[in-house]
Formats: sequence, structure tokens, C-alpha cells
Amino acid sequence: MANTPHISVQNLNVYYGQNHALKNISIDIPDKKVTSFIGPSGCGKTTLLKTFNRLHDSSVDVRVEGKVLVDGEDIYDSKAEVTHIRKKMGLLSQRPFPLPMSIYDNIAYGPRIHGMRDKEKLDQLVEQQLRDVALWDEVKDRLNTPAVRLSIGQQQRLCLARGLAVQPEIILGDEPTSALDPKSTQKIEELFVQLREKYTIVLVTHILRQARRVSDFIAFIYNGEIIEFAPTEELLLNPKEELTKEYVRGFVS
Amino acid sequence: MLVLTILSVLLAVFIGLGLYLRSLPLLELKSVGSLLTSSVWKPFKGEFGFFPFIMGTLWVTGIAIVVALPLCLLSGIFISEYAHHRVRKIIVPFVDLLSGIPPVVFGVWGVLFVVPLIQEYIAPHFVEYATGYSVLAGGIVLAVMIFPLIISILLEVFGTVPRELKDASLSLGATQWQTVKFVLLKRSMPGIIAAIVLAISRAFGETIAVLMVCGNLPEVPHSVLDSGYPLPALIANNYGEMLSIPLYDSALLFSALILFIIIFLFNAISRIVLSRIERRMN
Repeated sequence: MANTPHISVQNLNVYYGQNHALKNISIDIPDKKVTSFIGPSGCGKTTLLKTFNRLHDSSVDVRVEGKVLVDGEDIYDSKAEVTHIRKKMGLLSQRPFPLPMSIYDNIAYGPRIHGMRDKEKLDQLVEQQLRDVALWDEVKDRLNTPAVRLSIGQQQRLCLARGLAVQPEIILGDEPTSALDPKSTQKIEELFVQLREKYTIVLVTHILRQARRVSDFIAFIYNGEIIEFAPTEELLLNPKEELTKEYVRGFVS
Repeated sequence: MLVLTILSVLLAVFIGLGLYLRSLPLLELKSVGSLLTSSVWKPFKGEFGFFPFIMGTLWVTGIAIVVALPLCLLSGIFISEYAHHRVRKIIVPFVDLLSGIPPVVFGVWGVLFVVPLIQEYIAPHFVEYATGYSVLAGGIVLAVMIFPLIISILLEVFGTVPRELKDASLSLGATQWQTVKFVLLKRSMPGIIAAIVLAISRAFGETIAVLMVCGNLPEVPHSVLDSGYPLPALIANNYGEMLSIPLYDSALLFSALILFIIIFLFNAISRIVLSRIERRMN
């Protein structure tokens, strides 16, 4: 890993009430690369992802210990400003959740919140973001209709565009294609490949083929621990740990 | 079961029809328009103007909503979005308890607390002399009574907004309050309107607590400190007492009919508004 890490996790422990969900995690997420977290359901990969933008803050009974450094700044420091941290990261959840407003307003939501008022600039930005996710031609004639009327695949691309509109540095994807049909999935994957030049991307996925297609690095998580973290091909084709071998066996054969 | 269902629906129609038939003697002598717009209420001389009572009802209900709604919205938002879950567990049962208190107790509370409060502390700033028995007192008592109803509906409505939707807003760097304003409230709008509608319907019909604090003067209130005489209070105070006066019985039942029609129209209109909003959102 030649790059300096963009996100550096140090001795992270997360508890859900009595349940020790993440155990002593330390990992450096490289800058401008795609890193995937793989592992069985309930192993803690989504929990780990959510610690990166402090979405656990409002959850009941979640305790986070340890450090998560983003650009060298500890986001769990009491002085850290949570909105500023979250603005750095675009989140793509399992199912798309368009905000209850028009297509245009969905994209403009973030920029407006951060103070952009100029109509012309907003127009430009909305068009640019929609073009970036290849949605512009499909929706340009109905920007003012409610976003929930789009298909699921379109909604997911809209959510990606919405996240990109606040100019984040990092994109967090929590199984972002799990609700999509193969064609929409392909589109999202292609977007990730394009976007990796400009953004650090962290993906949670349980589709090994997807992890291989889009990611540079893979971390295998099992039972709240990182078992192995290596470049994609190495981890999938030549895993070092027994547990990893067992998990990716189906993939190799 | 079908028959029972139809019967219960028909009951509403029969009540409406019955009220109409019983108010016919009055309607045969006077036009509906003059009855509704006249302010002269002299049963002994056979003059029945319902305008003061209609206005009394509207004033009291209007004040109740204006007082209750902001309080309910803010408390609802606090309980569902900001309060620690342990705090929530303590607050919610108290709110529910409030809805179980009989109206007459609220009436007594109004007489002993709200009326003197208005008379001694609020009214002197605006007028020279006031008894405190006013549409404002009625509105405040009523606001407290509809408070638990609105809150419990709001909590229900806020609870249906998916966590992920709020997360989506938060992860764009929005603050909690921005998320509440732009996502939670917007998404909950149909539910909020439904809550208001139910509360208003309840407020229209509330009788005893309002009757105890309103002053019950058959005059059109011109300020919140004036006395008022809402329709339900008129019926409750007089029905069965002065029925020897010609047409009085008919007049009271006509006022019941007015109440019936107001609530009916109100529900119908709000249903239309609600479906419009829902269609626009989807």
C-alpha cells in the first residue's frame, strides 16, 4: 500500500448493549482505491462502515471505543464536528431512500444545507451530478416530479448523485446493489469503477464476484474481527488464513 | 356482520335525518340563512339567531388548535427524535394518562386555574375588566384536552419514517434539526394533517369542560377575552329545561344539526385535502 491511508481505524471496539460487535479492529483504508468488506451476514461489516460517519450516534445502546482517523483527524474526538465529518462521505444504503421531495430537490438538498443559494449554480450542479451517474437523459424532463416515482435502480443512482453533490472525499456503500436487478447493478458497478479515480470508496458486499470486479483491496471480516486484509486477487485466489480460505472456497472452484 | 356494519353507518344518517325532522317546525317559519346569520337570541320572543353560537364554537376550537398544535409538534419531535429512550418511556405514559382524565375534571381545573389566571394576569393588560370566563379559557382547556390525542398520533406518524431516510439526510451533513424540518416533517405531513383533523373534530363536540369556563353569553365574541357560547354548551345547558317555550326544542335540535353538518363538512373537506397531498407525494 503505497498511498497514505485515507481512513485509519485504530483499536476500534463497538458494543451493542452486551454484544461485542466489533473486536479490536485496526485497518488502514487506502486513498482513492476501492476497498471491500466481505464476510457472512451479521459479521459486523455494516457496523464497521457506519462507524466511519458516526451514524451510530443516534442509535440506542451503541458504544464505540477506539479511534477512527479521517485525514488524520479523529472523528470520535469530542471536538470533532459531526456534520463536517459526514459531509466528507457519501452514503449509499442497501435500499435507495430518496428524500420526500422532487428529483431536483434531492440533489440540491445537500448543497442547499451547506449554504448554496444561487439558482444557476444549483441548476448546473444538479445537471452535472445527474450526468455523472448517467441519469440525466432519463429524468431531465421531469426534474420536478417526486423522486419516489423513479424505478429502484434509478433511485439508487439518484441517491449516489445526491451524495456526490456535497463533494465528499469518500463514498460508503452498504451492499448498494442488493435490492437492484442485474442491469442496474451493472450500472452502479461501472460507476464505482469510474469514480475511484476521484474518491476513496468503501463497499460492504456479500457478492464475491462484485468485490472482485470493482475493488482493489478486500478485507474479510468474521465474527467482529478482521481476519485478513489484502489486495483483491491475492485475498480471493491465494488467501493466507484458514477462515478466509473456507469462505472464498466457493468462489475459487 | 355486513348488516351490523350497514346499520352502524345508517345510524349516522338517521341521526342527521332525525335532527332535521325535529328542527322542521323552526325551519318552516324562518329561512336557514336568517337563522344562521342573525345574532339575536330571544327565545321568549321567538327570535333564534345562531350566529353567536357558531362563532363561539369556531373561536374556541380555533384557539385550542392554535395553542395546542405548536406545543404538540415540538413535544412530539422532542419525544421521538431527541429524547433519550428512557425519558421517552417515562413521558409517554403520562401523556396517555392525560387522555384518560374525564372532561369535567378539566372543566374544574379550568375554573380554578385558567379562569383566574386570565382574569388576574392576562386580561388586565388589554381590557379594564374581565371575568376570565372567555373563549380563551375554553380554548386553553380544550387545547390541554386534545394535546394527548395529537401527540399520540404524531408519535405514531413520526415512527413510520424509516431510520434510513433520516440517516440519508444526516449523512449529507444535515444537522438533526435540518433533518427534522426537511425530511421528518415533510414526510409526515399527511399524518400531521390527519392529527389536526381528528383533534378539531373532537374539539368541536367537546361540551362540559368548555361550558364550565366559556362564560356562555349568547353574543358574538370579538376578542379572545370575550365570553362565548359554543353550540354543544347551548344544547347541554338548555335541553330538557325550557322546552315549554314554543319552538325552543326545535331550535336546540337545529343547533345540533348545525354542529352535525359542520363536523360532516369538515371531515369531508379534510379527506379531500389529505388525498390530494398523498397523491402529490407519490
